[in-house]
Amino acid sequence: MSDTKTSPIPFAFVAEFENATELYHAAEHVRDEGFKRWDVHTPYPVHGMDHAMGLGKSWLSALVLAGGTTGFLTALFLQFFTQISLYPTIVQGKPANLSTIPAFFPVLFELTILFSAFSVLFGLLIVIMLPRWNHPLFNSELFKKFSDDGFILVIESRNRKFDVEGTRAFLEKIGAKRIEAVEEDPV
Amino acid sequence: MSQTVTNAEHNVHPSDQEGIAREPLVLNNRSMSWITNRICGIVENRQPLIWWILFVPSVLLAGVLGFTLVYLVSTGVGIWGNNQPVAWGWAIVNFVFWIGIGHAGTLISAILFLTRQKWRTSVNRASEAMTLFAVVCAGIYPGFHVGRFWMVWFLAPVPNANAIWQNFKSPLLWDVFAVSTYFTVSVIFWYIGLIPDLATMRDRAVTKVRKFLYGLFALGWRGGNRQWRHYEMGYLLLAALSTPLVLSVHSVVSFDFATSIVPGWHTTIFPPYFVAGAVFGGFAMVLTLMLPVRKLYGLEDMITPKHIDNMAKIILLTGTIVGYAYIMELFISYYGANKFEKDAFHLRILSGHYTWAYFCMFFCNVISPQIFWFAKMRKNLWVVFIIANFVNAGMWFERFVIIPTSVSMDFLPGQWGFYSPSIVEKWMFLGTFGLFLSLFLLFLRFLPVIAISEVKGVLPESDPHHHDWEEIKARRNAAHRG
Repeated sequence: MSDTKTSPIPFAFVAEFENATELYHAAEHVRDEGFKRWDVHTPYPVHGMDHAMGLGKSWLSALVLAGGTTGFLTALFLQFFTQISLYPTIVQGKPANLSTIPAFFPVLFELTILFSAFSVLFGLLIVIMLPRWNHPLFNSELFKKFSDDGFILVIESRNRKFDVEGTRAFLEKIGAKRIEAVEEDPV
Repeated sequence: MSQTVTNAEHNVHPSDQEGIAREPLVLNNRSMSWITNRICGIVENRQPLIWWILFVPSVLLAGVLGFTLVYLVSTGVGIWGNNQPVAWGWAIVNFVFWIGIGHAGTLISAILFLTRQKWRTSVNRASEAMTLFAVVCAGIYPGFHVGRFWMVWFLAPVPNANAIWQNFKSPLLWDVFAVSTYFTVSVIFWYIGLIPDLATMRDRAVTKVRKFLYGLFALGWRGGNRQWRHYEMGYLLLAALSTPLVLSVHSVVSFDFATSIVPGWHTTIFPPYFVAGAVFGGFAMVLTLMLPVRKLYGLEDMITPKHIDNMAKIILLTGTIVGYAYIMELFISYYGANKFEKDAFHLRILSGHYTWAYFCMFFCNVISPQIFWFAKMRKNLWVVFIIANFVNAGMWFERFVIIPTSVSMDFLPGQWGFYSPSIVEKWMFLGTFGLFLSLFLLFLRFLPVIAISEVKGVLPESDPHHHDWEEIKARRNAAHRG
């Protein structure tokens, strides 16, 4: 806690908190302090943390709506174009027209779901900016606790409000149990 | 002292009230790191001897499957017992059987998620894995049933050499779309659920190979709330997409039968009846797998008697729905004016070749689960295990009853024929069990069998207000004493 090598500006401060409740209240303080580039890292999604961090609703659903619509239109085109204009297959006396339209519903439905699911996967990866296998935070041993039972708060130095002494003191004030400065990878 | 108790503090958190306290989902107040250690330990430590005792014969059986498939492709489908009039023999029976088993996994992961059933967290990962492996086994059958396996690409929506497209009005084509979509969406759902747990495995890895592989598939997950909030939305969306999907898949499978005009198949009750039956059979398979796994790896605190009780209740409910469907089918064939339908059911239950199969099915699926009306029976793990296996068998018989009995005695006596499977079909079916078990055992060996992050999320202390409530309670108790 009392290491005083303050010379280089670290990439971020990694602070561990006792439990979800403490982290939740700490997040409210950090939000109110006006930091921009910071995050809390938890073993599971903490309910209400979006509010404590001042984040809105995820907009992933908009991407998925677009994906689902694409799937629906693809199925529409695939079935009607091939069955009506390209090569009509009239088997069992069933033509492709308005009266046989229910026969096309299953494929319309399945492709809507399929494209939506793909847009969840790829949309999610784009929105959360993964895969990204290297990250300065992985240099921290303390940070790794997030995937076990650690409640971690990270404030990056790329905040206008960040200063090495002040931010460390601020983290101590809001109840951090342990604080670690993380360096960027030497290039 | 009592003046310090404000109005807000009287507002007790519902779960704290004694008397209506719910059974905890994780027993013995286990901590988060205990959960991590126990689940990751299964993968990190040596497997128990029983794992090898099961794995080696399973792989051998899977090899038998490979051998029968090579024999089938190199010789032709004549080595199977199906012919006219029963063109869909065990191949389609086993296809419907396996695909039905998959449905419980998606029900647990999607429908129970949407309905906020928190107990799903302990069993969803393994059930989803079971879904994938069952669909893999299912997919083998229609793929090879086409006869010329190298022509299987005809199923895909691409024109053939004569520029003829697939018939999109055919239920068999719907089936291709439904099953392949189901498999793909299940893989995506499973993988997205795995990402945080793979990150846990990565952060605990001690060997280079493990660190590389788990790290590769964890995609660099950092568990930040800026990731979690989108992740949760994505998971919710997938659950919302999978719910109608799982209902549609077995409905489409039932259309293979219901849209034909074969007496005994041509009924409107088929879609709901098939879906209920699929969930029923799937839960039985989940119990068949999870009861030994829970015991073997010491997961009793996470897969508690409460979980088993809930699953037994679902088996009772869906088994009763299936029973209703069986009786309604008989009633409609009696009440309806269609004499062919009446004849088909007469053959099915009274005078046909396969009446014994009908009564096996009825006993296993409708009668045997009724024992779950008794709480004591739902708590007895041996009873649950035995009934689950009755249901596994019963659901196979259901598909067997539906397929050969309806077509073995066609409209004209000249088209009557008896179907019995050949030895190749029997070994092939055993072989798919080998494949299924090998894949499941490999899953146990390499991936976390319980969703670590989700189980942590249902602990009482994971609620961000838990410690606030604890503090309030402690203060209130002190106030009462003072």
